[in-house]
Amino acid sequence: MASVHQPKPHDSGPLHVTGAARYTDDIPAPAGTLHLAFGLAAVAHGVVTSLDLAPVRAMPGVRLVLGPDDFARMPDVSPSPAPEPLLCTGEVQFHGQPLFVVAADTHLQARHAARAAKVTFEEREPILTIDQALAAGRLLEDPLEWEKGSPDDALGTAPHRAQGRIEVGGQEHFYLEGQAAMAVPGDGDEMLVHASTQHPSEIQHKVAQALDVPFAEVTVQVRRMGGGFGGKESQGNALAVACALVAQRTGRAVKMRYDRDDDMTITGKRHEIRIDYDVGFDDTGRIAAVIFDQYVRCGWSADLSLPVADRAMLHADNAYDLPAARIRSTRLLTHTCSNTAFRGFGGPQGIVGIERVIEHIAAHLDRDPLEVRRANFYAPGNTGQTTPYGMQVEDNVIHGIVDQLTETSDYSARRAQIAEFNATSPVIKRGIALTPVKFGISFTLTQLNQAGALVNVYTDGSIRLNHGGTEMGQGLFTKVAAVAADAFGVDATHVKITATDTAKVPNTSATAASSGSDMNGMAVKAACETIRDRMAQHLCTAKVLWHDRDEEGKGIIDRDGHPVIREHAFDCAPDDLVFAADQVSDGTHSIPFWAAVQACYVARISLSSTGYYATPKLAWDRMQRSGPRRPFYYFAYGAAVTEVALDTLTGENRILRTDILHDCGKSLNPALDIGQIEGGYVQGAGWLTTEELVWTPPGPATMGGRLATHAPSTYKIPGCADRPQVFNVALYENENVEATIHRSKAVGEPPLMLGISALMALQDAVRAAGSDVLLDAPATAERLLNAIETSRGSGW
Amino acid sequence: MIRFMLNGEIVTVEGAAPTVTLLDWLRETRGLTGTKEGCNEGDCGACTVTVSTLDDTGVTHQALNACILFLPQLAGKAVRTVEGIAAPDGELHPVQDAMVAEHGSQCGFCTPGFVMSMYTAHRTGRVDHDDVLAGNLCRCTGYAPIVRAAQRAASRPVPAWEIDERATLEALAQSGDMSGEGLYLPGSTASLAAIYAAHPNATIVAGATDVGLWVTKQFRPVGPVIFTHRAVDLARIERVQGGLRIGAGVTLSRLRGAMADRHPDFAELIRRYGSVQVRNAATIGGNIANGSPIGDGPPALIALGAELTLRHGEDRRRMPLEDFFLEYGKQDRMPGEFVESIFVPDQEDTLACYKLSKRFDQDISAVCGCFALHMDGGVVDEARIAFGGMAGTPKRASAAEAALTGRALDEDAVREAQNALTQDFQPLSDMRASAAYRMQAARNMIRRYWLERVEGVPTRLVGPKSETGVA
Repeated sequence: MASVHQPKPHDSGPLHVTGAARYTDDIPAPAGTLHLAFGLAAVAHGVVTSLDLAPVRAMPGVRLVLGPDDFARMPDVSPSPAPEPLLCTGEVQFHGQPLFVVAADTHLQARHAARAAKVTFEEREPILTIDQALAAGRLLEDPLEWEKGSPDDALGTAPHRAQGRIEVGGQEHFYLEGQAAMAVPGDGDEMLVHASTQHPSEIQHKVAQALDVPFAEVTVQVRRMGGGFGGKESQGNALAVACALVAQRTGRAVKMRYDRDDDMTITGKRHEIRIDYDVGFDDTGRIAAVIFDQYVRCGWSADLSLPVADRAMLHADNAYDLPAARIRSTRLLTHTCSNTAFRGFGGPQGIVGIERVIEHIAAHLDRDPLEVRRANFYAPGNTGQTTPYGMQVEDNVIHGIVDQLTETSDYSARRAQIAEFNATSPVIKRGIALTPVKFGISFTLTQLNQAGALVNVYTDGSIRLNHGGTEMGQGLFTKVAAVAADAFGVDATHVKITATDTAKVPNTSATAASSGSDMNGMAVKAACETIRDRMAQHLCTAKVLWHDRDEEGKGIIDRDGHPVIREHAFDCAPDDLVFAADQVSDGTHSIPFWAAVQACYVARISLSSTGYYATPKLAWDRMQRSGPRRPFYYFAYGAAVTEVALDTLTGENRILRTDILHDCGKSLNPALDIGQIEGGYVQGAGWLTTEELVWTPPGPATMGGRLATHAPSTYKIPGCADRPQVFNVALYENENVEATIHRSKAVGEPPLMLGISALMALQDAVRAAGSDVLLDAPATAERLLNAIETSRGSGW
Repeated sequence: MIRFMLNGEIVTVEGAAPTVTLLDWLRETRGLTGTKEGCNEGDCGACTVTVSTLDDTGVTHQALNACILFLPQLAGKAVRTVEGIAAPDGELHPVQDAMVAEHGSQCGFCTPGFVMSMYTAHRTGRVDHDDVLAGNLCRCTGYAPIVRAAQRAASRPVPAWEIDERATLEALAQSGDMSGEGLYLPGSTASLAAIYAAHPNATIVAGATDVGLWVTKQFRPVGPVIFTHRAVDLARIERVQGGLRIGAGVTLSRLRGAMADRHPDFAELIRRYGSVQVRNAATIGGNIANGSPIGDGPPALIALGAELTLRHGEDRRRMPLEDFFLEYGKQDRMPGEFVESIFVPDQEDTLACYKLSKRFDQDISAVCGCFALHMDGGVVDEARIAFGGMAGTPKRASAAEAALTGRALDEDAVREAQNALTQDFQPLSDMRASAAYRMQAARNMIRRYWLERVEGVPTRLVGPKSETGVA
């Protein structure tokens, strides 16, 4: 009856399928709850010359309207030290920036009223593109540069050299549940906030600062999100702050949720990036040196762009040893929504860069890209090699993964079959590619690598679990409950999972960076072991007495009306006492876990404990240009083989088959991990193929910069039939070399980058169609046809 | 006053505005929060419910998007939500059980919608899971476990606790016209014609897949609303002299069935039109009447030489479909006049339909090219080619047709027809496609027709004619 390493279903599954799982907007609201909507700027850049809110106030159901003039000090909603005002304070920074907030009796009334304002703008030319931002010199900070070896010298002496550029688009999160929050005022300055957020502590801080009250007055609760993907790390701040401010002013409960179009228009997305490269290599494709110039489009404010851009630099090597490298990153400000965290947090962009370099080398040498990949992998195991940012690679398993995957996917034979097919198929061309992933696990802001937990054991043997992590669908709660059940040797059904609550566990980090189960699992384990050790100490050193109970859990009374007291004496050292199978045992005798708990209570042993974890071994300074450093505790690895079919008349395509082998260490829950891998792959493939963000160009009516793809009718995430028709996913047999929770590895983000194999398979198919164009992303049907037509002299 | 069944109980709604959506009513008035709002425009399927309708053939069960479904559209029908499919004792329905067992939910927010699409398919015996689920978006799972769940549930029977709605629906059935504050529910096409002629400023709502967005997204005042769904004679498909007469109220789902044998490529085009939920609501009359340049019905129908019948009161006029579309946003339709039916002449099936969109399923076309080339002795004696997405209206490619007519269909003819397209069209650039891509893709569609119809080269990615084995 082990709890960990078992393929248990998601704890909320039965609630999900019956519609009983409550999301923020489903929580029964108190009578008189007000509903909010933002009025949005209709230009991308300019100055508000007049803002007449009287028509808004006159709309049906409107109770309160707050514009910039209604605040002595504009509340801040930024997740970074640089400020980000709740409402635009004069200069409009992007199309869709909130100008005012309206509170009405219903959600629909608020939305209607939000469009009733009379606003005039003096429109100014917006900076929208990387080129425009470079020309205007709009930088978020000075370019950052890291270096290993002497790349200039090595490039000069390399037998071959190639230069190129890849442009990679952003990505909308499209969590199915939009941003939502509800604030309920309490006694005095108390404020209870329900929010759909990955970062309850930050919501707590932002709300407290906006209300000008101590953090201790604000409680934030999150039971679950309907998807996060990084999009609810900072983007929920504005809604929670707005709700709390209106709640403070009106004394009513206040709720806000973005309509989908507003959500897509207002909130940040994955960072768009341009990567210029210069690579030197030998006849086998072995890289001697590479120089990367990464240009990152951050949007209008800092948000999380600095660490995102850092992580793109930190993944410029992916699984490849780069003997000499320089990585330079330029962070650009544009008049667009402020780009933010998105699964992978810059890492995917960095990895796409080096994978493109590999494709370029392979094309240059006319070799199978897989051979070039193999020629450049870090050495196996404890490699003795260092990354371009000075970290020793000590746990490399990419060779084992790729060897096994090429075998199970039948890569070589299929590659030959595809060549044969292509030779006789003039219109439909197929392509195949294998790409690896090596992803660094830990927050690069070292202080964030800490987590807390609070575990309560009740006298009936039930356990209530609190930790700082949030549930967004990834199954964190299920995994952590298994850790707690395992620690006490009880079935997971005895572990009650609770909403994340800032009043229970303080000062938490966002559930992000794939760290949720690593850190919260360890904190919970620590808390459980503290309680278990106290229990063992008592049980092995004193007479154990408990009130017996019947099968229904009721205390048994004897004929005279006295409780039936049982008694036991364990005969072992506390360390040898075994908690397993809902029993506590010294090897010869056992008593039920609940009885042991009750005995400890009677003996006045504390059955509640906090637990704490801080990730070890980290040593990182982002401003350090070179030398030994360690931003990550360990790496997670994986690889995918994707086969596609491409219609060379239109550029439309299908993924025919995908095989994945991924490293989750010793998986905490293989079913949930495979779910993360399947979902991550499809999300990554979507990013690089159909998911295209389009901002309007300047036209006769406006100077452009409006997000044209602001709804699922125009922004196309993968649908059901876009998944690979044959989809084989397996976990690589492994154990984390580091002492992580039950030797597992983080799984949230790394599989997203397996989707890069879809882009490279399309590249292979484009090559089969006779084109030597190297693809930008997303490789939409349009981009693919253009690549093919370009080789026919009819591109555009 | 609207009466319908909700999860087995009869409910009565009085005095609600005609444009209150089922989704808002369920969540805000009934407290049934299992049905989710994901996009509020009929694209994500998180609000999917099952609607059962009594008609000539019995009770039909269909998945629909509650976010763009107005309460009056439910008059006399039965609605099932995710809260209403488990057994009274709480035993999960087979599709719910399979979703848990196959790890088909992660965040769970899309799950109620998926469950209801799967429930509807399970109840009606459909196993084309990719099509059934094309209108439900999931961002977590990558769909694989959901399809596994659908397959697992398919082997289990409809549970014994499932109720038969027929008797209740028969009791609820009302004939004749109904009306209320700001709304009309005519019981026949004749009544519809009379009411619309008397109230030409009214908005006609058939499936509400378009008007729904006027309400939920654009906040357009729609004035009095005339709902057409009770005019059952507007929704007939009839064999008439020389062809097929398709009532304007025929849904895309039913049109797909009617075209499956006559023009399989049209049926395949409709398979990719919207989603199951959209096709169950959307009507061919609405697809034509709204005049969109990117609707998929008109190019195919124009290529088939379809004729349109418009009706005003008791007056009717008939015209070739292409003549209805005057310019962007403007159709040859007088106030109070509506699309009554479409006539599709009998013909040898030469129709090829090529839909091009950013995403394969459930996406609006960037370009939709439809070709019907009648050949006689190796020579093209009649060419009908129509495109969507290439102009302000669905439009025939007259110059390209002329370039092909009267000659053998060979590579030279194809090249001339391709070049002639620049006389026919000056497409726009937008978020779906650039002008250059649209033009190049349209050119290549002519080439595709020649390659697959004359040269016998496989050119299809999916569908029955696919080269790749993808169904």
